[in-house]
Amino acid sequence: MNEFIPELIGGTLIGLAASLLWLGIGRISGMTGVLSSLFLLREKQRYWALWFLAGLVLAYPLYLALGYSAAIVVTNNTLLLGSAGLLVGFGTYIGNGCTSGHGVCGMGRLSLRSAVATVTFMVAGVATVAVMNLAGGIL
Amino acid sequence: MNARLLGPLVALASGLIFGLGLLISGMNNPAKVRAFLDVFAAWDPSLIAVMGSAIPVFALFFYFSKRRKTPFCATAFHEPKLTRIDLRLLAGALLFGIGWGLVGLCPGPALVNLLAFEPGVLIFVLALLAGNRIAHWLVGPVR
Repeated sequence: MNEFIPELIGGTLIGLAASLLWLGIGRISGMTGVLSSLFLLREKQRYWALWFLAGLVLAYPLYLALGYSAAIVVTNNTLLLGSAGLLVGFGTYIGNGCTSGHGVCGMGRLSLRSAVATVTFMVAGVATVAVMNLAGGIL
Repeated sequence: MNARLLGPLVALASGLIFGLGLLISGMNNPAKVRAFLDVFAAWDPSLIAVMGSAIPVFALFFYFSKRRKTPFCATAFHEPKLTRIDLRLLAGALLFGIGWGLVGLCPGPALVNLLAFEPGVLIFVLALLAGNRIAHWLVGPVR
């Protein structure tokens, strides 16, 4: 159980951050919405997303400055990275959300729509990793 | 301090705390995410604890927010209005899940890793933005 403590602390912080944004300014902390907002900055009501994004991006240097380290182990296969990015960008746009908007906030709001989306992308993710293993581990 | 000043500060703090949560939990690490999705082989279930704590914490505050007419530093709650479970939602979640499984990155962790200047993450983020725009051109504005 002890090995889950960083995950529980991290998850609690994510939940608190989403709550702060909701109770503070009434916005859902969904990364897909934040991304789309970058292209909608002629709308003043989207400005909050820039501030949120600034905080998100600054978390990494802050974390390092505090003396911690965070592993980032990722494939160096450009084709794989490019296709994954396109699929995630396209899919989250048409599905209106990702792990944060549907997975944390939508599930927390007890939205059936978000629950269906979350189960769908989880199953798709598990299936993709399983198929890649069968195909001989491209990663 | 007035709401016009507090609003941006709230968003900045929320993003910062969200990012720290992703980093502390290890959710930012693609290898860990892929191990979490690797249910049939080398499964690392620990990321269940991230969702398992983030969701109830948000659910609790969301429930209490129902007692308020407005947020503390803005004029209205913007709750998503879509409730329909349609093909667009399912197709989107399916494509997202496939991309997520391919390298283990979803939008939040990809963005939080941005200033690590890891080439793989940068390529992913560029493709992520391109995918978002391609969808915008093909299917129309944000709903």
